[in-house]
Amino acid sequence: MLKAGSSRAVIAGPIRAGLRRSFATVQDPPVRRYGGLKDQDRIFTNAHSRHDFSLKGAKSRGDWHRTKDIILKGDSWIINTIKASGLRGRGGAGFPSGLKWSFMNKPGWEKDPRPRYLVVNADEGEPGTCKDREILRGDPHKLVEGCLVAGRSMNATAAYIYIRGEFYQEASHLQQAIDEAYKDGLIGKDACGSGYTFDVYLHRGAGAYICGEETALIESLEGKQGKPRLKPPFPADVGLFGCPTTVANVETVAVAPTICRRGAPWFAGFGRERNQGTKLFCISGHVNNPCVVEEEMSIPLKELIEKHCGGVRGGWDNLLGIIPGGSSVPVIPIKVCEEVLMDYDSLKDAQSGLGTGAVIVMDKSTDIVAAIARFAHFYKHESCGQCTPCREGTTWMMNMMDRFVEGRGHRREIDMLLELTKQVEGRTICALGDAAAWPIQGLMRHFRPEVEARIDAFRAREGPVLFGGRLGRDVEVGLAVPDNLGGSLGEVGVGAGEEVGKVVEP
Amino acid sequence: MLSIKCLPVSAQRLAKVASSSGLASSAGRRNFSSTHIRQADITLTVDGKEVTVPQGSALIQACEAAGATIPRFCYHDRLAIAGNCRMCLVEVEKSPKPVASCAMPAMPGSKVFTNTPLVHEAREGVMEFLLANHPLDCPICDQGGECDLQDQSMRYGSDRTRFHEITGKRAVEDKDLGPLVKTVMTRCIQCTRCVRFANEVAGVEELGTTGRGNDLQIGMYVEKTMDSELSGNVIDLCPVGALTSKPYAFHARPWELKNTESVDVMDAVGSNIRVDSRGIQVMRIQPRTNDDVNEEWINDKTRFAYDGLKFQRLTTPLMKQGDRFVPASWEDSLKAIADGLSSSGAKGNEIKAVAGHLADTESLVALKDLVNRLGSDNLALDQVNGDKLPVHGVDVRSNYLFNSKIPGVEEADAILLIGTNPRHEAAVLNSRIRKSWLHTGLEVGLVGERADTTYGYDYIGPDMKSLANFVAGKGAFVDKFKAAKKPMIIVGSGVNEHPDGAAVFNSLSKYVEANKAKLLTPDWNGLNILQRVASRPAAYDIGFVPSKKASATKPKFIYLLNADELDPKSIPKDAFVVYQGHHGDLGAQLADVCLPAAAYTEKGTTWVNTEGRTQLGRAAVPPPGASREDWKIIRALSEIVGTPLPYDDVLSLRDRMWEISPSLVRYDVTERTSAEIASLGLKTAAVLSGSTKISGAPFVKAIANFYQTDPISRASVTMAQCTRAFTRGENYGLSESQKASEAAFA
Repeated sequence: MLKAGSSRAVIAGPIRAGLRRSFATVQDPPVRRYGGLKDQDRIFTNAHSRHDFSLKGAKSRGDWHRTKDIILKGDSWIINTIKASGLRGRGGAGFPSGLKWSFMNKPGWEKDPRPRYLVVNADEGEPGTCKDREILRGDPHKLVEGCLVAGRSMNATAAYIYIRGEFYQEASHLQQAIDEAYKDGLIGKDACGSGYTFDVYLHRGAGAYICGEETALIESLEGKQGKPRLKPPFPADVGLFGCPTTVANVETVAVAPTICRRGAPWFAGFGRERNQGTKLFCISGHVNNPCVVEEEMSIPLKELIEKHCGGVRGGWDNLLGIIPGGSSVPVIPIKVCEEVLMDYDSLKDAQSGLGTGAVIVMDKSTDIVAAIARFAHFYKHESCGQCTPCREGTTWMMNMMDRFVEGRGHRREIDMLLELTKQVEGRTICALGDAAAWPIQGLMRHFRPEVEARIDAFRAREGPVLFGGRLGRDVEVGLAVPDNLGGSLGEVGVGAGEEVGKVVEP
Repeated sequence: MLSIKCLPVSAQRLAKVASSSGLASSAGRRNFSSTHIRQADITLTVDGKEVTVPQGSALIQACEAAGATIPRFCYHDRLAIAGNCRMCLVEVEKSPKPVASCAMPAMPGSKVFTNTPLVHEAREGVMEFLLANHPLDCPICDQGGECDLQDQSMRYGSDRTRFHEITGKRAVEDKDLGPLVKTVMTRCIQCTRCVRFANEVAGVEELGTTGRGNDLQIGMYVEKTMDSELSGNVIDLCPVGALTSKPYAFHARPWELKNTESVDVMDAVGSNIRVDSRGIQVMRIQPRTNDDVNEEWINDKTRFAYDGLKFQRLTTPLMKQGDRFVPASWEDSLKAIADGLSSSGAKGNEIKAVAGHLADTESLVALKDLVNRLGSDNLALDQVNGDKLPVHGVDVRSNYLFNSKIPGVEEADAILLIGTNPRHEAAVLNSRIRKSWLHTGLEVGLVGERADTTYGYDYIGPDMKSLANFVAGKGAFVDKFKAAKKPMIIVGSGVNEHPDGAAVFNSLSKYVEANKAKLLTPDWNGLNILQRVASRPAAYDIGFVPSKKASATKPKFIYLLNADELDPKSIPKDAFVVYQGHHGDLGAQLADVCLPAAAYTEKGTTWVNTEGRTQLGRAAVPPPGASREDWKIIRALSEIVGTPLPYDDVLSLRDRMWEISPSLVRYDVTERTSAEIASLGLKTAAVLSGSTKISGAPFVKAIANFYQTDPISRASVTMAQCTRAFTRGENYGLSESQKASEAAFA
């Protein structure tokens, strides 16, 4: 820890040297660079499953070390530590974890006779995301211990781990870890000898992306259709089986014991203000070495890719765009990628989001429209169908995106599509509607010329296109086609279509 | 964070969650009761207008209270909140996103805007999405003219569509829910009102949603019909034309119909209905909201039996000549009755009148007056043991009425059912028991034949012996009943017809006397008799029962007023029989002279329901052919037989009813019998029933086939189909043919 701090101080050296020669009183703050997490600062030391994942191996890596002391320090100490560490939820939304956990301990909670639950969301289904499964596979004891610590902080009676059904090996490893922990007296009655009783249950899902939404997950865990509930009431009041519940991501829970052991300042020492900590990043796509890697928050995106993934396939200049946080966040083009830092605020300023930290890299060989259209297919398939904007909107958006892949549309339909995304965004029960809308918005924000070029090329090839994708030549002349179908509308930039068309044509 | 407080709306939802998961213990369920606890009021601002609503109201209710109309599809006052149509979005200060007002609890001091550009844009967006996959088949849709989607798209929708996708609109295969509910599932907007109704109110838990996203479909989880006697209500609930009435399909448009507010007579609940008629024909029957009686629901018999009003009607007076009836004029037929009366030689109690199920109060009064004037006390009711004095007596009203009142069901915390299946005898009341059972810790016990009640119950036993055990304090249910604060006993009207009926009333009256502290207090009378026949409470009210001497007399002249349930053998061969009624059912076959009368939709008459609530039915259509209103026929006959009745119009007849009992002309109210009088009534009942021996015969269901209980429903084609589909579980034969014809024009 000290070492890491001193290495940072070196950077500020030359600036101070310059100061001596001038009378200026304003001092530039030292530029701090992020990234380059040292091995001794890694939390998930077996994320790549190189070592023994069982209890013995986990203990050798420091898990379950003096967990009893952490438990005995009590709920408010743990929550304050987590608050001080600046940990934000790693599941995508980035809500401050300490604050969220503290909702469980409202004044007078002791009088509530209901049991209280911690639910761990291991239903990792976001396309591009594969961080939780590495934890579950290599470091399951981190999660089990995390359940105990986080559970203690919110005075939970039990933890339910809802694991994605497809994760068979992960579920086996985790179940083994739970069994070992029970056998060793680490959880269960008198967990770790602390006198605190805490159970951990593993529940395998049946494969639905929406079950990763916290209230849908609760419904699914209760044995019902996985459909998000209305909020309020929030799960902290009425959650699983009608009891106070907190749903947290695997990574969030799994880092809690290490934070408690090594101290909040250690964790808060990484990353920028409000974005502290370390994070598992999963980089996939057109990089030379796709990987899951634990890094410091706020590491520059470019550095993350260059350092850990061997760079973009064909060099950085071959990059087209990056989706920095899983399928639900908007794509950012190469120019933004060069500057952006991998944290919540920087990516938000870049009109994208950190999401789950799933970096999807796309080089110039990518058909970006088809890529986003694929996402639209995914969201259409995974929409639960409960509320109107999402049910109807995802299908409509998918159909339009499908047409835009080949350019079968109208330029002004791009604006209509954007309007549709706005009609979905923020109008739905859960965030799936937003997640379906954002990638399309990102596409149009940064790659609109590409879409327009395709439309123009298609028109140059096939003649006029009506709204909705019907070809002008398919319309029977004898029929009274209403004028509002756009058949007779001229298009801006049609002349340029032929040139661009040659380039874009796959 | 004000949003994380525990709120009643959340509790309501939770109750739903808990009950449907089946995990909540009975004690747990009790915590979430939200129906009757009146909480403090809160004040908030809607569109700059201050409004005060009870705490726990939804925002949509607060907006309504402030006079702001909020469009909605999925929200319904009487169902759990789904919050899925997103039409009711409003803007709330300090909330970045628009808020679904149906799912958001009203918060004190919040500022709500229902008329801002954001709200308009949000509504228009939702409307566009709803219409995107909705077929444009309004011209052939039965919901046209009363369609929420149609109305709201006029108000909130765009004037043209932007949906031109070549992929086209969604199409969904229609479901077969039985002979009553027609489905056009392509029109469905997935509001899930029907699902929530079926699960919460009707108790059909098989209706639900399958599939995901745009493929979400409403239907039974397994292919079967929707077997519930409240299924017709989903037609009213459906905001679009996805669920419409099968018998009414393509028959009329709402704007052609004349609406007449009336009262139902298919059971003794007295559901408030609206009769929609065109010309001289009743086109359909719909419920009217009355929170004290039927809330917003009616049962399927009430709703669909109206087609029985068209068939087998008596339209002209008939006289029997040899083995056949010949039409006659009113004059001749009334003369023939007068002749028959004198030629039969009936004197005094040998003149007998039998009052049937559908006899209205006015005609009962007139007939009783006429028979009394002819010197007879022989007034019988059309039921088993109907020619004897009822075992409970009729001197005190509380002995034969539903004393706790229908809303009282929701206050009760333990209910003992004796010899009754409320699901068939009073379906709407049964839904209240279910509601209470779902949302509070109501315990139900049953003595009698086992039945599928739509709620769980403790089975005590089949007969009087098991009831005697209960009264003696034996058995598991006794403790639950003893622990209850507001216990309730519901005795079926079938018990009166049972050999052990007297014993039941004897032991119950003693039991209630012994447990007066809970069962008979100044504000709670827990002993209820559930009548199942519309005319019965009124008949008891006016004393349409025989004296002891009269009931032993062999009649020579019998006047059947709507009496169609009697045993033909009970009529002596040589007796002269007159039938007055509207259908050529059993009673008419036995008659020497038939007088055509009006059915309940054709006359403005008084009905008393099982609570003793007097309600006025109204004439929607004229009586067919030469038929006349019932009391007028009796008045005319009284003239011919030489003892004219002293009333010439309905008003003076109602004056006469006031003389008999003022409650008969005090409409829409119920009068509570005081605890002292009720106690006195119980004592007389105990004396009346005397020391009776127990036969030990099990109680049987009073209604074997819910769909056919009276001449109207027996004449109804729809009810016959229901009988086949639901009671007998056969293929009712519509399914295939309907599929073919639908495909032909679709």
